[in-house]
Parts: sequence; C-alpha cells; structure tokens
Amino acid sequence: MAANNYYDPADLRKFGNITEWSEELGAKFFDYYGKVFEEGALTAREKSLIALAVAHTEQCPYCIDAYTKDGLQRGVTKQEMMEAIHVGAAIKSGATLVHGVMMMNKVNKLDG
Amino acid sequence: MSKLKTQSLHKRHSELAESNRQLEILSNGIFQDGELPTFAKKIKESDQFPLRPKKLEILQINLGYMCNQVCEHCHVDAGPDRKEIMTRETMKQCLEVIQNTGAHTLDLTGGAPEMNPDFRWFVDEASKAGIKDFIVRSNLTILRANKKYYDLPQFFKEHNVHVVSSMPHWTRGKTDKQRGDGVFDKSIKALQELNAIGYGMPNSDLRLDLVYNPSGAFLPGDQASMEKDFKKALLEDFDIRFHNLFAITNLPIARFLDYLIASENYEDYMYQLVDAYNPAAVQNVMCTNTISISWDGWLYDCDFNQMLGLKVASKIKHIKDYNEEILNDRNIIISQHCYGCTAGAGSSCQGAVTN
Repeated sequence: MAANNYYDPADLRKFGNITEWSEELGAKFFDYYGKVFEEGALTAREKSLIALAVAHTEQCPYCIDAYTKDGLQRGVTKQEMMEAIHVGAAIKSGATLVHGVMMMNKVNKLDG
Repeated sequence: MSKLKTQSLHKRHSELAESNRQLEILSNGIFQDGELPTFAKKIKESDQFPLRPKKLEILQINLGYMCNQVCEHCHVDAGPDRKEIMTRETMKQCLEVIQNTGAHTLDLTGGAPEMNPDFRWFVDEASKAGIKDFIVRSNLTILRANKKYYDLPQFFKEHNVHVVSSMPHWTRGKTDKQRGDGVFDKSIKALQELNAIGYGMPNSDLRLDLVYNPSGAFLPGDQASMEKDFKKALLEDFDIRFHNLFAITNLPIARFLDYLIASENYEDYMYQLVDAYNPAAVQNVMCTNTISISWDGWLYDCDFNQMLGLKVASKIKHIKDYNEEILNDRNIIISQHCYGCTAGAGSSCQGAVTN
C-alpha cells in the first residue's frame, strides 16, 4: 500500500469489499442501494441525474466518477449533467442563505 | 477533446494499422501480468472453453472497407482512403453459398457497402435466393452523399431489404463528435426519406433498425431504456420513427483501441469490460451463430476477428472452398477483445444478446 493520496480512483472498484468485514450489513446496504436505483416512479435515468447532483453536493470523487460514467451510459448529455449540478449547487447555496434569516432574527432580538 | 481524424490508421501508417500489434497490446500489460484474467481464463471458469459454434444463422459479408465517413471509433478502420472492395468474382462465390446455406439471415456490411460498384447487382442476385432476413448496414449519410445514391431507399424497398443504420445519439453534438461534422443532419434527412417510403413505420414490414454505440470510453446503457429515449427524442424533434435500437459495445480494436490509448482510457475500459463480464452472454455471442466473410473471401468467426486478421480455425478458410458442415466443427478464436461481446447484456451486430 503506497498511495500518496487519500483518494485513489482504483479504490472505487473495491467498494464491494466493505462487505468482507461486515457481511450482513454490507450485503443489506448493497441490496438496498441496488433497489433504490431500479426503475420505479422515477426512471433510472432521472435517478442517475439526482445521484450526480448529490455526488457534487457531497463532493464525493468516487460518486462523481461513477455517476458521470453512469449518465453517459444512459445517453445523458453534458448540458443535462451540468443543469443537475446547478440544482445541487442552488440548494447548497440556498441552504446557506436561508440561515441568514436566523442571523437576522438574532440581530433583531439582540439589537433591534 | 481530440479532433476527428480524416484518414484511416492505414493511411496514417499508424502501428495500430497492423492487426498483430493490436493483438500484442490486447495480450500484454494488465493481461500478461495477471492483473486481469484473459478471456480464455474467464470462460474456463464457467466451463465454456473452448467456444464452439451452434447452428449457423447469419452470413455476414463485408463488401469492402471503403466508406464516405471516418468515424472515430470504427473497428474496421474504414474510410475514403481504403480501397479494399469485394470483386464480382468473389460475390459470385458468395452467391453460391447463399443459395445453399442453412442460415436465415444475410447481413451486408462494410465500410459503406453501397460504395461497392457491384452492390446493386449483388443485392439483386442475392435477393433471388429468398433468404428470410436480408440486412444492409447503411451509415445513412451515403444515401445523401451523391446523386447516384439518392434512389437507394427505393432500391432497398424493392428488394425488401432490412436497413440497419448507425445513430450514436439523438443530439447533433454527440453524433457529429463521433462520426464527423454534418453527419447528424444528413442522417436525419436520410431517416426521414426512409420513413416517407414506409421504412420504420409502425406495423410496416420494411424494417428499419438503428445501432447505438457509445461516443466515448464507456459501455452502452440498457438497450430497452435507450430505445425508449431514442424513439421519444427522434419523434418529438424530427418526426422520425424506427423499429428497434441495437445497443452495441465498442470493442477495443482498430480506431477505438487507438482512441482508448491516446485518451489514456485503455486500462480503465478493459476493467469496465471485465467487471461487466456476463457468463450468460457467452452462450449467445454472435460468433456462435455467424460466419463473417471478408471482401477477399476469407472466413472469420466474426467481423472483429476479421479486422484482427484471425481467420477461422478450420481447414475451410475461404469462400471458394465453403462447406458449412466442416466449418461448423471448429473452435472459435478468442482474445481479450471478446470481453466487448460479453459485457452486461452482451453485444452483437444484432444488439444485446440477453434479456
């Protein structure tokens, strides 16, 4: 093991190995994970775009790698991918800014 | 993003123009040091080695490597600079075989098969054999490339030809990136013309199927979902209809191999193929029901082996000596490119091979 980085792209292929040290929980997780991404009320394509947006808000390099490729496989265009990321970004920044109301409430209470 | 090349690997004198060099690459590196299992080792795990033919169903004839396009991922390394085309003499040998074969499908491919000067004569003669499914693989743009081709849709109709055409995506950008500037618009126009004479219409016997292969270093998605997306987009945007979509995996040979190496995607792509290996797909890979015939009459297990120069492992190696019974009693030649046909739902010239 001579990795110079915390993140190694090759580790993504080893994701399944987490089951080795906790078989029951690992298996349940992957079973759940697989079910979540099946075609349902949402299409698998829509789910892939949601996953891509969340991958960015979570800033998970493995997930970005995986769901960019997944999107390409499903014929998702780069415009669609970028729009999905903007949705994630908008929610992220909105979530920051909406806390501004908390700040305003506090200022008004303390110094209003 | 690399600029689309305008010449074949052969014309560019690339080392990858040599099939031996391609086979060397496919056998070295990650497969030589055991990081990934060879295809032979993999199919041995499920007791499917050696791979053997089943009943012959498809005769696939390559009428030549000449093409009006120079697509980025062409496994044939076809292009306007390729001069290898089938002569009428070889066609006559093929016709003899077509009249006596047990195969139910005749599949003409290239290059652009329509560019062979004897194409119409051959279709005319071959259609008389009354073969059940007569496929011509058309790149679509050839139908608009020159006035002399404008009446080909009608010619196809008269001979009840089943048209199978490439269409990498329903958007202009992704299609032109892979196949060249202007290809999308010409393809759309050709599809509309085929529709206008009945091809691809619901309940029409004039079959029009599209072939999708990914525009980059990734595998095709689920064929049924892709078909749904293609149908919706082409109908909404261009009022185009077609019957089925065949999702085909790019095999790591010729120009696609060149692209994988140049873009530093080769190893990752081979990992994707091996990770997606599906033993159930091995049962139905096309080399088990197809014979591929090259422009000069040599026989191969598939079109990919043809491009790699791997002639059938049989004493019958040429169309002039054709004997279906002897030919069917052979082992299929495999290498690491075969992983392309066994990934996921599997891949063949007829699309996925498992449900």
